[in-house]
Amino acid sequence: MISKKIRHPLVEMTVARLKETIREPEAMFWIFVFPILFAIGLGIAFRDRPPEKLPVAIDQRMSDAAKVSQMIAAGSNLKPVLISPAQAGQNLRTGKIALVVSHDPKIISAKNNAADALKANGLGPDFFLIFDPTRPESQLARLAVSDALQAGAGRKDSISLQDEKVTEPGSRYIDYLIPGLVGMNLMGSGMWGVGFAIVFARTRKLLKRYAATPMRRSHYLLAFMFSRLMFLVWEVGMVVACGWIFFNVKVYGSILDLILISIIGSMTFAGMGLLVASRATTIEAASGWMNFIMLPMYLLSGGFFSYTRFPAFLIPFIRALPLTALNDAMRAVINEGLPLFHSWLEILVLIAWALVSFTVALKIFRWQ
Amino acid sequence: MGNEAIKNLGAQAQAGTAIRCREVKKYFEAVKAVDGVDLEVKLGECFGLLGPNGAGKTTLVEVMEGLTRQDRGTVEVLGYQWGSGDDRAFRERIAVQLQETQLADKLTVYETLKLFRSFYRRGRSVEEIIARAGLEEKQKERVYKLSGGTKQRLALACALVSEPEILFLDEPTTGLDPQARNHVWQIVDEFKAQGGTIMLTTHYMEEAARLCDRVAIMDHGKILALGGPAELVERIVGHEVIEFSAAEGFDRNLLEHLPGVKGVSGKNGGYLLRVASAKETLPLLLATLEKGEARLNRVSSRPATLEDVFMTLTGAALHD
Ligand SMILES: Nc1ncnc2c1ncn2[C@@H]1O[C@H](COP(=O)(O)OP(=O)(O)O)[C@@H](O)[C@H]1O
Ligand SMILES: [Mg+2]
Repeated sequence: MISKKIRHPLVEMTVARLKETIREPEAMFWIFVFPILFAIGLGIAFRDRPPEKLPVAIDQRMSDAAKVSQMIAAGSNLKPVLISPAQAGQNLRTGKIALVVSHDPKIISAKNNAADALKANGLGPDFFLIFDPTRPESQLARLAVSDALQAGAGRKDSISLQDEKVTEPGSRYIDYLIPGLVGMNLMGSGMWGVGFAIVFARTRKLLKRYAATPMRRSHYLLAFMFSRLMFLVWEVGMVVACGWIFFNVKVYGSILDLILISIIGSMTFAGMGLLVASRATTIEAASGWMNFIMLPMYLLSGGFFSYTRFPAFLIPFIRALPLTALNDAMRAVINEGLPLFHSWLEILVLIAWALVSFTVALKIFRWQ
Repeated sequence: MGNEAIKNLGAQAQAGTAIRCREVKKYFEAVKAVDGVDLEVKLGECFGLLGPNGAGKTTLVEVMEGLTRQDRGTVEVLGYQWGSGDDRAFRERIAVQLQETQLADKLTVYETLKLFRSFYRRGRSVEEIIARAGLEEKQKERVYKLSGGTKQRLALACALVSEPEILFLDEPTTGLDPQARNHVWQIVDEFKAQGGTIMLTTHYMEEAARLCDRVAIMDHGKILALGGPAELVERIVGHEVIEFSAAEGFDRNLLEHLPGVKGVSGKNGGYLLRVASAKETLPLLLATLEKGEARLNRVSSRPATLEDVFMTLTGAALHD
């Protein structure tokens, strides 16, 4: 392991950085173990299940409760439950049931005067369907219950339909998640790894000691960026491999493209880590800045959910963020199998962030 | 190495001068860390800055090392002024040991030295420097496991990887036990013996007396006195000191007019007489006290030290 020959200072510094990182158990956990645990945890939470039956409550006081229950059970994906008015209200609020079928509009809330008046005059409907329209599963239940009751009462369909069910890898949530995890992992370990090590060295006056030698200052900073590359194989490889093995998430594009994008992304965040650490004199100050920069990107950049949910005027800004660019480029390669040049804009965004960060960091860097 | 240094300097106007400071000032807002320092260090000399904590030693040395920019005045190191040319290339010629640097914890002694060696174009082999610093048995040990003394030797070894012409040492033995201190002194001696120039700060007067050809006494950013350690003691304090404590009851002025007394300081009944010779002054002192009917509690005499120099110049003790 010990090579006697003195190599180029940039090589020696990079090797020293690598050794320092490998010998730091906490760093190893965050770089190697954490992303895998995270992927597995999320994979379990979001695993694909056969669609669950929607629970529909039936007012047990109704004389025809048993018949209604049968009609609903015959509908598609519905599970009837007989329920007392007291339970109905609570279960609807807590989401345990999607909808309540009753003759009594006041089963949930006492004030429903208009419907009450109709019912008193014998003009009321056969059933009241009580549900929260802002909940998607309640909306679904509303349609399915309506179909089931109408069919049970003898309605004939005027055209015939048949379902063909298709569930393919590539369109599941875990497929969306894995490339985002790779991106977020590169950002987190790049910024924390580089930023912390530098601020730590500054608080211990080690930076000042290096500055007192003929070491080229750019070599010191470049060594951080290069040492990041060595861990990249693991950081990206482990998450992608986990996705492949446990969840059958395939890389549709070329592995070479995946590697190239990872390298560019890794350099970008190492550069940003340098920038954040370039003047901070305490670990606390650096952490504050890291969180300030990274938390919005975890939220905005399409790591866990698509940024298209944000208002249209925000989208150009979101796409200019480095993590968005990296996530989009990752998804283009992993999920869509598109060639690298398709992501030229994202790559340009990443390179711009990398260059600007590194140059500014080198300029404003505080060695003591 | 010495030859080369001299060759380099031959071309320069200040032949024979290693470091020259003229009216150097460095203020940190209201704190006058260095407040108008003039000094000249000769090639091959070991020069010591002696002063208490906060005297401005580190600030002054870091200005010389080109790590801190002075507010006023000029600094020349081997005829070079920081910022006037290629600072980075000039660093090949000097070596620096900072006060309280912590090297990378997770690297071994060997790896640390190899890293430092790679920064310099020429210098010793890592094996040679390890042998010189007596670190053979520790070379595979990681830095965080080393004792304070070994860490300090490693710091010194890092400074010496390059065969520098000037070695800057900022409190190289603070906090070390006597044995570890001796070990550091040996390394410094060896560098000195080969003709290297040393600029050293310390608040230990024994260290200054043991290592330095000349010392400057520094306090509140100013140089109070400058000269060889023995010469300074002789000039400012005298040869010896007599310390005694006595209950009041005599005229203090009488003490100052005793033959051979160069000065008197004292408070709370404890007195210190700076004298040319204790043997001659002591009987006269005792007679005077007796005449004044002062009750003498304790009396002793000893050779004067740099500590007394500091006390004489500032009225305060170097260490409290
Ligand atoms: N970076 C700094 N900012 C503010 N004050 C400083 C700084 N460095 C040193 N000082 C102050 O300057 C004075 C001299 O400090 P220093 O040079 O470290 O003294 P010494 O090395 O003799 O103990 C002290 O009062 C110290 O508090
Ligand atoms: Mg100091």
